[in-house]
Amino acid sequence: MATEVMETTESRVNYLNNGTTVKSWLLTLDHKRIGLLYLFSISFFFAIGGIYATLIRLELITPQGDLLTPEMYNRVFTMHGVIMIFFFLIPSIPAVLGNFLLPLMLGAKDVAFPKLNLLSWYIFIIGGCLMLYTMLSGGIDTGWTFYPPYSSIYSNSQVTIAGVSIFITGFSSILTGLNFMVTIHTMRAPGLTWFRLPLFVWAHYATSLIQVLGTPVIAITVLALAFERTLKIGIFDPKLGGDPVLFQHMFWFYSHPAVYIMILPSMGVISELIANMTRKRIFGYNFVAFSSLAIAVFGFLVWGHHMFTTSQSMYTGMVFSLISYAVAIPSAIKTFNWTATIYKGSVSFDTPMIYALAFLGLFTIGGMTGLFLAALGLDVHLHDTYFVVAHFHYVMVGSAVIGYLGGIHYWWPKITGRMYSEFLGRISAVIIFIGFNLTFLPQFVLGQLGMPRRYHAYVPEFQVLHILSSAGASILAVGFTLPVIYLAWSIKYGEKVGPNPWMASGLEWQTSSPPPTENFTYQPVVTHEPYEFENVEEIKQARQAELQRA
Amino acid sequence: MAEHATHVEGLAHHFVSMEQQKEAGMVGMWIFLLTEIMFFGGLFLAYTIYRTTYPEGFLFGSHLLNVKLGGTNTVVLIVSSLTMAMAVYYSQKGDRKKLLAFLALTLILGLAFLGIKYVEYSTKIHDGLFPAAATWNPPSEGEHAIPVEKQQAVHVFLWIYFLMTGLHAVHMIVGAGILITLIIMAQRGKFTKNYNSPVEISGLYWHFVDIVWIFLFPLLYLTGYHFTPGGH
Ligand SMILES: [Cu+2]
Repeated sequence: MATEVMETTESRVNYLNNGTTVKSWLLTLDHKRIGLLYLFSISFFFAIGGIYATLIRLELITPQGDLLTPEMYNRVFTMHGVIMIFFFLIPSIPAVLGNFLLPLMLGAKDVAFPKLNLLSWYIFIIGGCLMLYTMLSGGIDTGWTFYPPYSSIYSNSQVTIAGVSIFITGFSSILTGLNFMVTIHTMRAPGLTWFRLPLFVWAHYATSLIQVLGTPVIAITVLALAFERTLKIGIFDPKLGGDPVLFQHMFWFYSHPAVYIMILPSMGVISELIANMTRKRIFGYNFVAFSSLAIAVFGFLVWGHHMFTTSQSMYTGMVFSLISYAVAIPSAIKTFNWTATIYKGSVSFDTPMIYALAFLGLFTIGGMTGLFLAALGLDVHLHDTYFVVAHFHYVMVGSAVIGYLGGIHYWWPKITGRMYSEFLGRISAVIIFIGFNLTFLPQFVLGQLGMPRRYHAYVPEFQVLHILSSAGASILAVGFTLPVIYLAWSIKYGEKVGPNPWMASGLEWQTSSPPPTENFTYQPVVTHEPYEFENVEEIKQARQAELQRA
Repeated sequence: MAEHATHVEGLAHHFVSMEQQKEAGMVGMWIFLLTEIMFFGGLFLAYTIYRTTYPEGFLFGSHLLNVKLGGTNTVVLIVSSLTMAMAVYYSQKGDRKKLLAFLALTLILGLAFLGIKYVEYSTKIHDGLFPAAATWNPPSEGEHAIPVEKQQAVHVFLWIYFLMTGLHAVHMIVGAGILITLIIMAQRGKFTKNYNSPVEISGLYWHFVDIVWIFLFPLLYLTGYHFTPGGH
């Protein structure tokens, strides 16, 4: 049976061999190819952001600032943040996996607006090129938060061009979100009701909502900042009558929800991984689905928790603190439901599941430490320390990137039609987990002891913890490099797979791997609930047999 | 079978039916308008904050604007919304001639708005009231003098005025571009009784841009219009 599948796969036209010229890729309207275009672009930016991270960790090995000048160090951590956030994390799961999978999961031929989809990628590339230009012409030194009046008058770096770059890139994000929302509303296959949607789709709907409603606010904010700098207008500069705190409000109105643009799609991935890798219907489907929306909505009401120490009234602070605590509820609902799903499931420990389990642990730490920072009194002590740095890396790397990697592994056979080395996959997942914790756990301690963020020199007592952190970062670097190698290797040498190597549920697993350009050779019709695994026992036995053969 | 049904004029390959395609377009435009609301929303927030901080600057600054030209523009835009609605109506009727006429009329009104705006802008810039460092040179004596102690507040009002109306004008220019495209498409007979959603969707955009102006006009031009600020 297996050989039959392979032969048909060989001769069949799929989205990868349907046109092989450069033009056929650069002018493609196929959502799957556009997803891959994003994959390559954001991997490139991830590597650049990683180089900046390396420089930061190298500098911090010793207490005195010896590797980089203070000015240089400012530019390095700023560029690290800007590139990782706007050019890697924000597009990561939606633009790569979302683009590739959403129409497949909905049983559609493409997203609602394929041309707009390609345009989003070009907008992203234009914004990215401007950011590369910013980088090569000296970078920016304001921190990724661009607080004026420093960014508006005192900074001598390329703030204006960087602002324009973020303004442009924002539209890529908005258009992707818009496209996804319309696709989910109008392109579902017959029988695919809202409550039969995979949770990945719900998560992307919530994410898109934030992209559509939040991104325009930061766009107008950085545009105003660019005008202020070029024309010398008093928009945020207090010397000319402006209000710098207004900038902070507008900046965080987007930038807090932006964290959910990074984490919600990751949660969507984790829902898929856990349900399919344990062969169980997700526990509390409706709760998980609605908690995504709740996070998106509440997420818009908590931005003030970034400003507890900047001229915000105590009462405003109390309200923001309270709502920030409230966001923990839908997040906890998800975490508990995932855990409950695993209970008594037939759990596989393939690479994607290892990532999913890592996510559960790391997200719990990342989320809970967020509550420390949402507490009014404690935040005064922890504000702008390494505790904050550790917290948001647990959320953005420990959760968002881990989910992204888990998803890439899980859908890799669908994307390429080939399987990667499971052994190397597991090893590198474990290396990433260890490296990550070694990098960022010491930073919680550092922050608690009073190490401020964004300093390039520190008191000698902190050195041990900093060395641990830098050592962890080098392990992490190995962990991130390995998948690049074995995944690339698998494209040519990996074992060929059939439509559904994980024996998973979901429409994307019904079509061949890699899928044909039009996704399905027939019109899929959905007749049952998501995550329905009919032959669980059979699958268990098959897996057992496979293990024995190995 | 159904997938291989005969090709329908104007139906993109990835849609199943005309209804689905139209619905996608409409939902897409409404979501885009949500984005636009948030985009302008940032500036309305800035307006609210600064108006509370500098009430006297806003009062004074508002009197620097030409209410007659602004009012004329408001009427021009409201009428253009009507002609746009008529264009949508005749596109659904499949009446190409009337569709073309009303699209052209809408375009002319849109351009008239931009022309009047140009006159307003150039007068302000000529008077040294464009709030950039290089051009900011408000008269401190004479008939149109701005007292020195009020100049900073007026500066804030004026950048809000230029940024908000400027952004609105950019949307008008985009709208004019859309109208020209629609006119060319209508000329070529692309729209039929069954396929006219581009007109309807563009209509939504046009009405949105009008509505933004309906908010901008009183907030900027009519602030304290019934009061007499000192010196006037
Ligand atoms: Cu936040």
